[in-house]
Amino acid sequence: MKLGFYPGCSLEGSSREYAESIRAIAPFIGLELEEVENWNCCGSSSAHAMDHTLSLALPARVLAQAEKQGLHDVVVPCAACYNRLASTQHELNEDRKTKEAVVSAIKMPYAGTTVVQNILDVLEQSLTPQVTANFPATFPYKIVCYYGCLLVRPPKILKSVRYEDPQQMDNLMRQIGATPLNWGMKTECCGAGLTMTRTDIVANLCGTILEDAAERGAEAIIVACPMCHSNLDMRRKDTERITGKKFTIPVLYITQAIGLALGLSPKQLGLQRHFVNVALQGKMKFQKNVPVGATAAGA
Amino acid sequence: MSVSIGLDTDSIAGWMEQTSGILVQRCYQCGKCSAGCPAANEMDFTPSVLLHLLQTQRNAADKKVLSSYTIWLCLSCQTCVTRCPMEVDLPKVMDLLRAEALKRRTVHPRAKEIIAFHTSFLNTIKRFGRLWEVGLVGEYKLRTRHWLQDVLLSPSMFLKGKLSLLPHRIKGKDEVKSIFIQVRSEKENAP
Repeated sequence: MKLGFYPGCSLEGSSREYAESIRAIAPFIGLELEEVENWNCCGSSSAHAMDHTLSLALPARVLAQAEKQGLHDVVVPCAACYNRLASTQHELNEDRKTKEAVVSAIKMPYAGTTVVQNILDVLEQSLTPQVTANFPATFPYKIVCYYGCLLVRPPKILKSVRYEDPQQMDNLMRQIGATPLNWGMKTECCGAGLTMTRTDIVANLCGTILEDAAERGAEAIIVACPMCHSNLDMRRKDTERITGKKFTIPVLYITQAIGLALGLSPKQLGLQRHFVNVALQGKMKFQKNVPVGATAAGA
Repeated sequence: MSVSIGLDTDSIAGWMEQTSGILVQRCYQCGKCSAGCPAANEMDFTPSVLLHLLQTQRNAADKKVLSSYTIWLCLSCQTCVTRCPMEVDLPKVMDLLRAEALKRRTVHPRAKEIIAFHTSFLNTIKRFGRLWEVGLVGEYKLRTRHWLQDVLLSPSMFLKGKLSLLPHRIKGKDEVKSIFIQVRSEKENAP
């Protein structure tokens, strides 16, 4: 499946391992990614905190670039970018006057026809049981799936189902041999963009999330959002200092977990970039006679 | 002057209804928004109280809302609008209130760090087209004088390959810059 790819800024910087793991697993699950040329930042939470038109114009330019390149479907792995792109498209389709203002600001033709997909939608289509049956290993851990805010809300725009208790990531993880646990923090906010300005709020929110995950006996938290990952992983020391509690649970991108089940090395998946050590590989069982990355030939 | 549903257009409630179609009068104070808000206990008043203040359409209440810390703490997590039985788009209300507070210069003193962060973030995009984390942190520290914040985090981020010392300049960076200029000039020319 050929797909447009909009990495967004985080995936080139603080969340490089998310991009690395996506690119590493793509050929094994039949994905061909074509990056949107000369893409710009979507503006993230800062643009819509300060200026509504700007918060629409920046994502609109990205969508216009994708159209120009003839990319019909674009996968947006960062949950924040995905939310901004999908919300912009929705608002410009609904409101003609706003659309005119935005199109005149970006000075590019904009039709609004791009299909914006998040990583879970794409994985759901490509990780069929036939594909996972050929995986050389499983990911045999008890995990909790943390969706955060921006992958599921607002459901009216994102068309998400069961948005208070989403199942998409849980089902995908089950398919690669994990045991997803029931827990209470699936869609609670991690504090997102207040990470630098009100680290105490972020630490307290993350503390509650980590505590629930640990109490349920999870061995890892699985995420699909760079901001959730940064706050739960990179901010771990601050979280421990501010809450006065210790947490050892690692946080993995879903694409890293899939990569491990594919037999890819931790380094290929960027696990060494994490702040919280990921010491999971020990338990992984490889099926006999299936060489590492064997499914590559079939893809 | 009043609009058809009896809202005073001089009030924030009337202005919002006219410009964005958001009707704060729909709120019947069930409090679900405040119950689910992850930042509620840090706010000077909760989201449902904010809506109630706007519903009164009193000048003093509007001022209180525009100069509040509440509007700057909203994380746009969308929990409130997802659960609101009357579908009041509170995150959008917050967006509009923040822009208005900036315009009227009624920003809460404690919000200056948050604004410094957003400004620094947007400035790197305006300059380079994409976010440059080192530039963001540098400008933020200049603006807030919080020199020692995260001094231990940045070196480890660098060692883990998560920070790049130089910005990534995209080919279309002038186009992005022109979007910023265009958006601003449109706002200044607006009636």
